[in-house]
Amino acid sequence: MTLLKMKFNQQRRVRLAQGLWLMSWLAVTGGAFIFCLGVYLKTELLRRDEVMENAEIHVVPNILMMVGLASMGTNWVASRVCQDSLDVSRFPRWKVPLLAWFAMAALLCCLLLTVVVLSYALQGSLEDSLKVGLRNGIRFYKDTDVPGRCFQKETIDRLQMEFRCCGNNNFKDWFEVQWVSSRYLDFTSQEVKDRIRSNVDGRYLLDGVPFSCCNPASPRPCLQNHLTDSRAHYNYEYQSEELNLYSRGCRQALTDYYMGLMNSTGPGVLSLFSCVQMSVLLSMRYLQTAVEAAIASENPEGESEGYLLDKGVKETYQDVRAKVLGLLKFGQVDPSEDASGAAEGAKTADTEKAATPTPAS
Amino acid sequence: MAVGKVTFTKAEREKLAEVLWLLNWISVVTGAILFGLGIFLKVEIQKWQEVMSEQGILYVPHMLITTGLAACGINYLGSKICLDCADTNKFLRWKLVMMPYIVCTFFFTACVLAGALLCYSIRGQLEESLYQGLRNAMRFYKDTDTPGRCYLKRTLDLLQIQFQCCGISGYRDWFQVQWISGRYLDMTDGAVVDRLRSNVEGKYLMDSVPFSCCSTISPRPCVQHRLSSASSDFSYDHQRQPLNLWRRGCGQALLDHYTGVMQSIGLTVLLIWLFELLVLTGVRYLQTAMENVLRLGDPESESDGWILEKSLAETACYNFDIIKNLGKCYQVDDDPNINVPSVAAELEVPSQQVQVQS
Repeated sequence: MTLLKMKFNQQRRVRLAQGLWLMSWLAVTGGAFIFCLGVYLKTELLRRDEVMENAEIHVVPNILMMVGLASMGTNWVASRVCQDSLDVSRFPRWKVPLLAWFAMAALLCCLLLTVVVLSYALQGSLEDSLKVGLRNGIRFYKDTDVPGRCFQKETIDRLQMEFRCCGNNNFKDWFEVQWVSSRYLDFTSQEVKDRIRSNVDGRYLLDGVPFSCCNPASPRPCLQNHLTDSRAHYNYEYQSEELNLYSRGCRQALTDYYMGLMNSTGPGVLSLFSCVQMSVLLSMRYLQTAVEAAIASENPEGESEGYLLDKGVKETYQDVRAKVLGLLKFGQVDPSEDASGAAEGAKTADTEKAATPTPAS
Repeated sequence: MAVGKVTFTKAEREKLAEVLWLLNWISVVTGAILFGLGIFLKVEIQKWQEVMSEQGILYVPHMLITTGLAACGINYLGSKICLDCADTNKFLRWKLVMMPYIVCTFFFTACVLAGALLCYSIRGQLEESLYQGLRNAMRFYKDTDTPGRCYLKRTLDLLQIQFQCCGISGYRDWFQVQWISGRYLDMTDGAVVDRLRSNVEGKYLMDSVPFSCCSTISPRPCVQHRLSSASSDFSYDHQRQPLNLWRRGCGQALLDHYTGVMQSIGLTVLLIWLFELLVLTGVRYLQTAMENVLRLGDPESESDGWILEKSLAETACYNFDIIKNLGKCYQVDDDPNINVPSVAAELEVPSQQVQVQS
């Protein structure tokens, strides 16, 4: 009992081939677009890789780029198959490659689904990576004379100004690290000495933040120092002051940015593209079966039938499983099998397996 | 003696018409590009409109926008005309429109050239507008509670951060304005009162700059205050710390930015003008060739095409005479062959009587 049988006369086959050719070129451009999307996402991630501790999130753009390239190639092959499908002499050479093509196209659809799932699932990993990276950035902010860390100050300053954020979770993270290098501290001053003695590690901690935390939208000139002391500045209330500095933490800002990037493009584009790919897959199957039936029959110009699956879903699955297991048994000596009757042997082996459950199942 | 005379066979005329049809369609695209460039320039100017003292500079993008739209319309009409010119019968439809169309296109091409030249010549006006606007912005930096000026602080801060500049010509410009509002000054404090009394206008002047002047590439945390005294911060000598603040003035930074934008736009518009000139010349040749074919009466024959029928001087005199004679259309003509109406005859009688009396 064939699955979704349809009749095709010559004209319908020609139309199907033309439509499929057009759709496969559409899918090629879609694949190019997905590749560009992957490249864009990767460059955005690489731009901020100094504040990311690990590169796990890079798997999303990597898969996107691979899928883009693979789909471009696959759909280009599909267009060539379409061109050959109406030529009786040229079509048979595509018989075997088409099996590989179907496997590839199905794999691409699965990968696209995986990407969408991954872009949501890796949010936690991205946040953790940013937490550690930003913490290091803030700790090494003062080390502008240490090779390997000398750009942390510039990176963190630019990051805070561009993303309008301050610190890791909020601006108080700056109170816990020494962000003023000792080269610029006057150790003869009593105030400096007091501050250094006030904590166990001997660090110069202050309730101040760098200038890059300042919010330009604040109505008053930026207050950077003595933030917790309401008496230190005229007309200043520490608890109620909201606009002076950026209130958002950089971890939240960056996570929102990247999630927004992935979620705005991901589901829409990818579901559209996977629809196109699926329809290319199904149309190619119909075209293949219809043209093969036409070639096999006495009248290549006449009517033929196209179908999705030769037998029902369950039987096809059992057939395929038997074939795969037969391939796996290739090295073994089997007295009931001989080379020419390999298919029948697979069928008898299949009926045997149907009777007795195998360890593999 | 015609200017630029070329002889065309029938096949050449048809080829010319086809080529011109294509060129006109390309001109429609370039017209759209011109329109886009005008919109882009307008958006760029409006981004920093608050630091420009006058909005007169907006006439440059407006001109580009109108010229772009006109280009699309004129060249679309031109493509239709050229398509019909391939066939002598269809040309008769457009015969009366052709000359006005060519005159229109000539003036329009001159407008494109004017637009291109404006882009280069606007620099002086822009410079004045920017410097004046920035001076005002710095003066009103502290007025975040005055309606109409409350966003100047934010605009100026974002400008200094984005363009990596400070002040108008340098960071010292901030020493001459009061950029901290009186709302945040403790008037009971002796130090504040001293500062206010230290200058004639009673302004609170400091040798400090806002945070947006801070440079991100400096190795040390930003030193914003007490910039002019060398002993202010430990190991800070303002002469030897060039990286602490942005060195460039915002006037120069903005001027460079806009000059760059306008020069590239001006170059593109010049190239578009050259292309339009080429199309105009082609259409003129086609028009004169088709008119000569009609005059000769034989659609298959060769005909001449030219840019001007007589030489440049003669054409100028001829057109000048036409314009002069336009004003004479209501004057009485002394030609004896013209039948003077009876109204004029009645009028003549009183004048003779006047003559006798005098």
